[in-house]
Amino acid sequence: MIDIQQVTKIYTLHRTKVVGVDHVSLQIESGEIFGIIGHSGAGKSTLLRCINLLERPTSGRIIVEGTDITSLSGEALREARLKIGMIFQQFCLIRSKTVFENIAFALKAAGKTRAEIEARVHELLELVGLSDKRDAYPSQLSGGQKQRVGIARALANNPSVLLCDEATSALDPATTSSILQLLKQINRELGITVVVITHEMEVIKEICDRVAVMQNGQIVEIGRVYDLFTQPQHPLTRSFVEHILRLDVPERLWQARSGTLVRVLFQGPAAEQAILSDTLQTFRVRANILHGKIEYINDTPLGVLLLELNGEKEEVERAIHYVAERTKGVEVIDRAA
Amino acid sequence: MPLDTLIPELIKAFWDTLYMVGIALLAAIIAGLPLGVLLFVTDRGLFWENKPLQTVLGFLVNMVRSIPFIILLVALLPLTKLLVGTTIGPTAAAVSLSVAATPFFARIVETSLREVDKGVIEAATAVGATPWMIIKDVLLSDALPGIIHGLTITAISLISYSAMAGIVGGGGVGDLAIRFGYYRYDNTVMITTIIVLLCLVQIVQLAGDSVARWMDKR
Repeated sequence: MIDIQQVTKIYTLHRTKVVGVDHVSLQIESGEIFGIIGHSGAGKSTLLRCINLLERPTSGRIIVEGTDITSLSGEALREARLKIGMIFQQFCLIRSKTVFENIAFALKAAGKTRAEIEARVHELLELVGLSDKRDAYPSQLSGGQKQRVGIARALANNPSVLLCDEATSALDPATTSSILQLLKQINRELGITVVVITHEMEVIKEICDRVAVMQNGQIVEIGRVYDLFTQPQHPLTRSFVEHILRLDVPERLWQARSGTLVRVLFQGPAAEQAILSDTLQTFRVRANILHGKIEYINDTPLGVLLLELNGEKEEVERAIHYVAERTKGVEVIDRAA
Repeated sequence: MPLDTLIPELIKAFWDTLYMVGIALLAAIIAGLPLGVLLFVTDRGLFWENKPLQTVLGFLVNMVRSIPFIILLVALLPLTKLLVGTTIGPTAAAVSLSVAATPFFARIVETSLREVDKGVIEAATAVGATPWMIIKDVLLSDALPGIIHGLTITAISLISYSAMAGIVGGGGVGDLAIRFGYYRYDNTVMITTIIVLLCLVQIVQLAGDSVARWMDKR
């Protein structure tokens, strides 16, 4: 477990004090994938860098797997860092060294012998799928491959925690997805606690179990990812969620419509039932689907439909009531005149 | 000067120049390289951050570098006498050249190290690397092409400085040019020495560039 207790980080930038992280307390459970989302400057990266003391908190304590990391320095800190892996947005590989040498570097830090290094690098390259790039230099690799080397280096000494600082922000969508799948696989197979910093809700949606939303150095909302998607409380969380669940309808359709416009959110089991067809068979209304999508958040479906309902006024109201009872997520956007 | 006297004189002078510059380059590598590394790693935000030490080292480096070489050469004569027992000849000149080369190269090393991506240093720190590992496998490794370029620049400056050693009878190609070309108005010697120096500088530059290119994995 990573126990962050009342952590504050104050910088001095151009002679003015800037509060990067403001009294943040947070518990990250062992074996989970925990996300921290926020816009740039929210302090999420600073908070992450406090976990391995790349930044020393101004006040507060951080306990990683029972060790108070904030009390360490020098050699003890160096040894503690062997057990906390980290990957970076810009990959940060030594460019004058080959893939093998970059990964071996981490093992050398742990004082491993030549034979141990040889065997372990082989294993790690297999894990990240880069066995054929052993002797390539970073400049000969694509972004995704560089990040895989970064991951192999971070995992070299069997850490209990993997910190990911915007690890996919410099990658294209397809590569992002493959790196995220790799992180998920590492989390499942090796049981490593993964902490992910991102400004993209897609990343949170795809791999995280729980998420904290950060703004101005503080955590404004925290919870299970699915709950945050279905019941966002803070305006910032809502804006992040809406970015994913937004349904854009062409102007032409808005003007041409005549019925009542409703937005239905199907969550959990409701998303897997035939609620819509039941409604249409029970009430004398016609439904026109203007837009819709189903997102899978950690394999649990979350559906959004934009419907135009036509029919007798009372029938439409009853149909809306019927759907509302079964989904608990109906929003009437505009009633028919 | 007749050609049959000039040629042996020139060959001896050429080797003297190489000898002086070689010793000074060696001094630059042995003393200047660690000094440059120290100037860099004691800077703010780095693992051996030490403002007082950095200020003192920076001041010493600037002090030596602010003295024109010709004055340094004369000012160091007592030290030279103490170290090598004489103030004339290439060995004596090598002392002053070494003193000039060390802070010059140290600054170049420091500048090359600044080019190394801060993120990579951070990643190495995060992985639990020792300071020595970071210096050797990250800083010096990634900055090596720049350092080689810097060594080329240092060598060329030293060839130029070594000519001034002629003033105090230091020997070398420059000494030859001053003694015959300047004091005795011998244009043949003057032009020959210019050609020799020109070729030497070109060769050093070419060699430095190709070594740096060979090492560059960018």
